[in-house]
Amino acid sequence: MTMVTLTIEGREVEVPEGTSILEAGKRAGVLIPHYCYHPGLPVAGVCRMCLVEVEKSPKLSPACATAAATGQVVHVHSPKALEARKGVLELLLINHPLDCPICDQSGECELQDYTYAEGRADSRYREPKRFNPVEDFGGDVMYVPNRCILCTRCVRFMETVAHDPVLNVSERGDRAVIGKFPGADLTNPWAGNVIDLCPVGALLSKDFLNKARAWDLDRAATICPNCSQGCNAVLEVRDNVVVRMEPRPNDAVNRYFLCDPGRLDYRWLNRRDRLMTPTLEGATVDWAVATAAAIDAIAGRRLHVLASPRLSNEALFLLARLLRHAGGEGWYTVPTGPEAPLPGVPDLALRADRAPNGRGAESLGFRRTDDAPSLLAGLGPDDVLLVVDEELAGATVRTAAGVVLVVGTTLPAWATGALVALPIANMAEEEGTYTNLRGRVQRFLQAKAAPGSARPTFAVLADLLVAAGQPADYLLAADVFAALASEPPFAGLSYETLGLHGMPVPE
Amino acid sequence: MSDVDATAPIFTGARRAALDALLTRYPTKMAALLPALWLVQETHGWVSDASIAEVASLLDLTPAYVKGVVTFYTMYHRHPVGRHFIQVCTTSPCGVCGAEDVLRAFVRHTRVPELGVTSADGQFTVVEVECLGACGFATPVQINDELIESVTPDQVAALVAARR
Amino acid sequence: MGYPHKSHPRETPVLSRHFGDPDARTLAGWRQRGGYRALEQALGQTPAEIVTTVKDSGLRGRGGAGFPTGMKWSFMKPGDGKPHYLCCNADESEPGTFKDREIMRWTPHALIEGCAIGAYAIGAETAYIYVRGEFTEPLQRLTDAVREAYAEGVLGARAMGSGTRLDIVVHKGAGAYICGEETALMNSLEGRRGVPRIKPPFPAVAGLFGQPTTINNVETLAAVPHILANGADWYRGMSLSSPKSTGTKLFSVCGNVRRPGNYEMTLGFPFGEFLHDVCGGPPVGRRFKAIIPGGSSVPIQTMEEAEATRMDYEGFVAQGSMLGSGGVICIDDRQCMVRVIARLARFYAHESCAQCTQCREGTAWTTRIVERIEAGDGTFEDLDTLLSIADNMTGKTICVLSDSCAVPVVSGIKKFRAEFEAHITQKRCPMRASASASTVAVAAA
Repeated sequence: MTMVTLTIEGREVEVPEGTSILEAGKRAGVLIPHYCYHPGLPVAGVCRMCLVEVEKSPKLSPACATAAATGQVVHVHSPKALEARKGVLELLLINHPLDCPICDQSGECELQDYTYAEGRADSRYREPKRFNPVEDFGGDVMYVPNRCILCTRCVRFMETVAHDPVLNVSERGDRAVIGKFPGADLTNPWAGNVIDLCPVGALLSKDFLNKARAWDLDRAATICPNCSQGCNAVLEVRDNVVVRMEPRPNDAVNRYFLCDPGRLDYRWLNRRDRLMTPTLEGATVDWAVATAAAIDAIAGRRLHVLASPRLSNEALFLLARLLRHAGGEGWYTVPTGPEAPLPGVPDLALRADRAPNGRGAESLGFRRTDDAPSLLAGLGPDDVLLVVDEELAGATVRTAAGVVLVVGTTLPAWATGALVALPIANMAEEEGTYTNLRGRVQRFLQAKAAPGSARPTFAVLADLLVAAGQPADYLLAADVFAALASEPPFAGLSYETLGLHGMPVPE
Repeated sequence: MSDVDATAPIFTGARRAALDALLTRYPTKMAALLPALWLVQETHGWVSDASIAEVASLLDLTPAYVKGVVTFYTMYHRHPVGRHFIQVCTTSPCGVCGAEDVLRAFVRHTRVPELGVTSADGQFTVVEVECLGACGFATPVQINDELIESVTPDQVAALVAARR
Repeated sequence: MGYPHKSHPRETPVLSRHFGDPDARTLAGWRQRGGYRALEQALGQTPAEIVTTVKDSGLRGRGGAGFPTGMKWSFMKPGDGKPHYLCCNADESEPGTFKDREIMRWTPHALIEGCAIGAYAIGAETAYIYVRGEFTEPLQRLTDAVREAYAEGVLGARAMGSGTRLDIVVHKGAGAYICGEETALMNSLEGRRGVPRIKPPFPAVAGLFGQPTTINNVETLAAVPHILANGADWYRGMSLSSPKSTGTKLFSVCGNVRRPGNYEMTLGFPFGEFLHDVCGGPPVGRRFKAIIPGGSSVPIQTMEEAEATRMDYEGFVAQGSMLGSGGVICIDDRQCMVRVIARLARFYAHESCAQCTQCREGTAWTTRIVERIEAGDGTFEDLDTLLSIADNMTGKTICVLSDSCAVPVVSGIKKFRAEFEAHITQKRCPMRASASASTVAVAAA
């Protein structure tokens, strides 16, 4: 690969031939302000924000559309470049409504950010501003034309990445707006990405509308728990309630994108019908009492575990150890739905398996069943059923198992007679790892506090192991992972090497 | 032309044959879009959403895409216009030759309520247009497809009356 | 000729010799007048020989950019295995320009012959002639002439009996000045919104349908058969001032002038004599006040500048403007310069494709300010703002429509500042009776 060396804002940087000056700038640690450019979309070169001064070039060059070349000396903050950017910002603002106080984008708006940094302090515009009414584009998307800067990221996304060109640029000149065809709405399952892509508050999420200010949000890196693709995401929380899930870039998994069914299905993380305290025969008791009672019930019976495929590898690892010690069978069941690929990205789809860690469960020795209710119905007085966070939502379930034990976030309707119930955190309330359908192990971090006395799943399961006489001296989830990674299939991995982009399971 | 249902499919029979012939002139279907839209306008007098959907389907394009193209070009009408669509060039080379007086004369004699709005009898729509490329023949006026050169205000009454 | 007037004796009628002659429109009539001999001769030469001839002639693009045509053709690499295309830019929309229209409606076969030779020279089998949608008569004449050419075997699988395939497709535009920009033209031909493309890639590398393409103006291509028939030396010899400006140019004269029309002049002719003698001078009882010599996108000239100009590429630059498309807009002392400039700005605002921020917003803002000044509601600060916006709009966009809007504003304020200031201090247009100046102007849409 041929490399070229250039200087950007005084920093020398070497990049592969064909790299744009803008990307070379990133490599050099220099942000070249831009709007229409996005690494996941074809280059448009229309916003003109990224104009930089290249020595010996008669005109300013658009950094997104100009190839880096050896010997170039690029100035991003020279007086000419600053003036050009200030000019673009001024022109973007002349028709832009002063909506910041009521605009959802405020606080995460690139027009605000650059204007604050480099724009004019006043307006020279004395004419009436152009006006267009708000439009519902369908799906989760609403369009506010008055705020639109015509960067065309949304149009290019739908055309080139979603392969579903339902958005256009309509009209010409300063009458131009983003448009669609009557009746052809943004129902594509990946359409919501245009909201993330929009640098300003022109394309907004109806779901998120007026829910929170960007600066009120706490953010944590996570993995979308709603299918087996394992898209990297961010959970955004306000006052301990998840209010939004956004994509997090990962070239190996989801590039920059999340599907709508995935991102909008976060409300279950805020459920209020939670198990709040450890119980024995329905009454709240100490952890130690409930844990001991559970282990007593297991002894002398055949153990059947029904584990949720939303459990982390750490939790499943400990469950598997319990199974080995007690001698028994472990099962998991995965809800499914239609697959919906994003055609412009290799190997990215809303997967049929609508759970994040079926692969992890399988690799840790659990067996998949498509008919959990029959399994449960077949249990008898000599069986103890340990249900770990699996509600079997929507199914009619009856079990004649001798003892039912629940370790979960909620108490399933069919398990109200459980002997013991131990409350655990859901995936937003603890950290752990998931293994996606391609065997990539990825970390998710804690985004909010668990309610009541609920504790991290690994801690509750470790207590059970200890009560059963097994060593389980884990203080942190990382300690559990280290134990996990001492043997296949996770051998050699660690939280350090996983980082926030994950690693494939070693072959 | 205003009696025709502008939403009815048009690419059947001879017009379908014309479209097929057009498709042989270009290496892509998309390139036949502007000519196809001209066929629509020549048939219905304007380009409706239904026609947009029909053309899109025939050329393997989305209706949204076709609509984006239609709205870019000023000559495709997106709603019915008068039987005589009168376009007066007022860009500066004609402007300095009194084009606005010609425009005013047309507004007066056709009795249109305002520019761009069709007269009550459906006969006339009058609009200003940008440079028609006939600057030496000021003021040029295009009525539908016909260019009339060197129009002066005193000629307008007769031009309108002849078409009423 | 200064059609519709008779040729002025000081003209050099080459392209315009047959303007106004209906017989010249037919293939037989064109052959009688010497047509298609150059094509026959060309098909017997190699493409490289033809490119050399055109290079030596000094022919430069006549659409406005003035790029050497032979050099442009030489960018097309022969034998690359890709389909090559020739596009003829017949989207003539530059205010003040109306020459291509005359070439097409009076001598369509001249254009066909030029396209055929050009296509052959660049290794293209197909030439698309993109004609603006408003040009009903030129479209009709061209279509009829192409049909004749196919019928007579001039075009087709074996053009003029040679082994070469030459096809011409006439393509109708739909109303957009910006489609006269070469990359926007290609986008429009491909069935897209007619928006310009970023360069690189350049058309000769990846143009129409992604293939190597050359785009030439109508007048440029119409000159090619004459150059081949009479030789490069003949064409190069027609030069009165600068050796870099050779041959003849059709100057479209319009506005406040005694004899508007198209005049074919050898490059380098004195502009003052052209305006007063050849074109007849200003209307009776009037004086010229300003000239825009090359279509509305070139700087306005004062009469002092115009009368000192030699009519070629270098000559206009030396006198504060450019040759551009050769559209000579004459403005007399009855006109309000602010009004002229407001209307020009409105033109550019209407035609902006909306891609680049500076153009999309700047053209509209400029128009609103100048219209406000014209209506008597302007401030001195507005003049500074206008110049600042103009600077912002120059040299920063994908194409030069943005720059073109800035040009009349900058040259207008620079050379006719007194008129702007009069509007501001008097709070009305001094050329008119009252502030509510009679205009039927509607929103720029």
